[in-house]
Amino acid sequence: MAKSEALSWYRIQEMFRFQSFHMYGIIGTAVVLGVLGIALIKKFNVRDNEGNPIVFYPKAKSVTRYLLGGAIFGLGWALSGACPGPIAVNIGYGYLSMAIVFLFATIGTFIYGLVKDKLPH
Amino acid sequence: MIEFLTQPWSWWFSGILIVSIMFFLLYFGKSFGISANLRTICAASGVGKRVKFFDFNWRNQLWNLVFLAGSIIGGFIAHKFMSNGEPVQLAEATIADLNALGFLNPTSIQPEELFSWEAIFTFKGFFILALGGLLVGFGTRYAGGCTSGHAISGLADLQLPSLIAVIGFFIGGLIMTFGIFPLLF
Repeated sequence: MAKSEALSWYRIQEMFRFQSFHMYGIIGTAVVLGVLGIALIKKFNVRDNEGNPIVFYPKAKSVTRYLLGGAIFGLGWALSGACPGPIAVNIGYGYLSMAIVFLFATIGTFIYGLVKDKLPH
Repeated sequence: MIEFLTQPWSWWFSGILIVSIMFFLLYFGKSFGISANLRTICAASGVGKRVKFFDFNWRNQLWNLVFLAGSIIGGFIAHKFMSNGEPVQLAEATIADLNALGFLNPTSIQPEELFSWEAIFTFKGFFILALGGLLVGFGTRYAGGCTSGHAISGLADLQLPSLIAVIGFFIGGLIMTFGIFPLLF
């Protein structure tokens, strides 16, 4: 992530402004290869290191939580320029101010835990 | 070799590495989803006693915390040994848009305007990072995943919910970028 600059707030801005292929390239490559690989895993019943079949759990079907939760996340992603992975990697990279983002992300998760039963899912 | 290691990497190379991580985790019976760690951290701090959402056996998720710790170390290694000190080579159009909002041309990978010590000790600077974090943390649990869980793992598994989540990500990102930034900066 660090090496491809996916850590960079600037790159996320580029992405949301549709001004560069870069971030789409990173995620797109991962998804295309992921689709192929997972299809192969399913077709050949590939097993994991303990001999268990690798299983994929379908996600609960709904729209609201994904759209609304996703949008809220997206707001934060654009504002801070980082999603959870990059937040952590940025701290390692030396941007200690990202620790504020991390702390509040944890708090945000906590708040979700508190109010989730009152939210539409 | 040194050149290759210190230059920024191309999108396709990073994409290959990231999906390899996903497969590596799958091989070990795990899955690629980083935001779960936020929930684990809350649980590990003991709030599971009062809030049901955090009342689970978080110790099963220790591997993911190790992954997170590893990614922090990865960032350190990338910075210390594998960087060339040059700023992000951003698209001209983005640089222009950001200039219009008051951001100077990039001198590194993160804007000083938001991430420097001076910035975070101002009310607005701190507020931006705190709010960004809150939105990410809340949103990611509500949606049940972030980029790694939905955009990469979920889409690779052809999960419709993940596609909806990614659409959500973009709706939020676009609102922030085009609707709120002009008001904020």
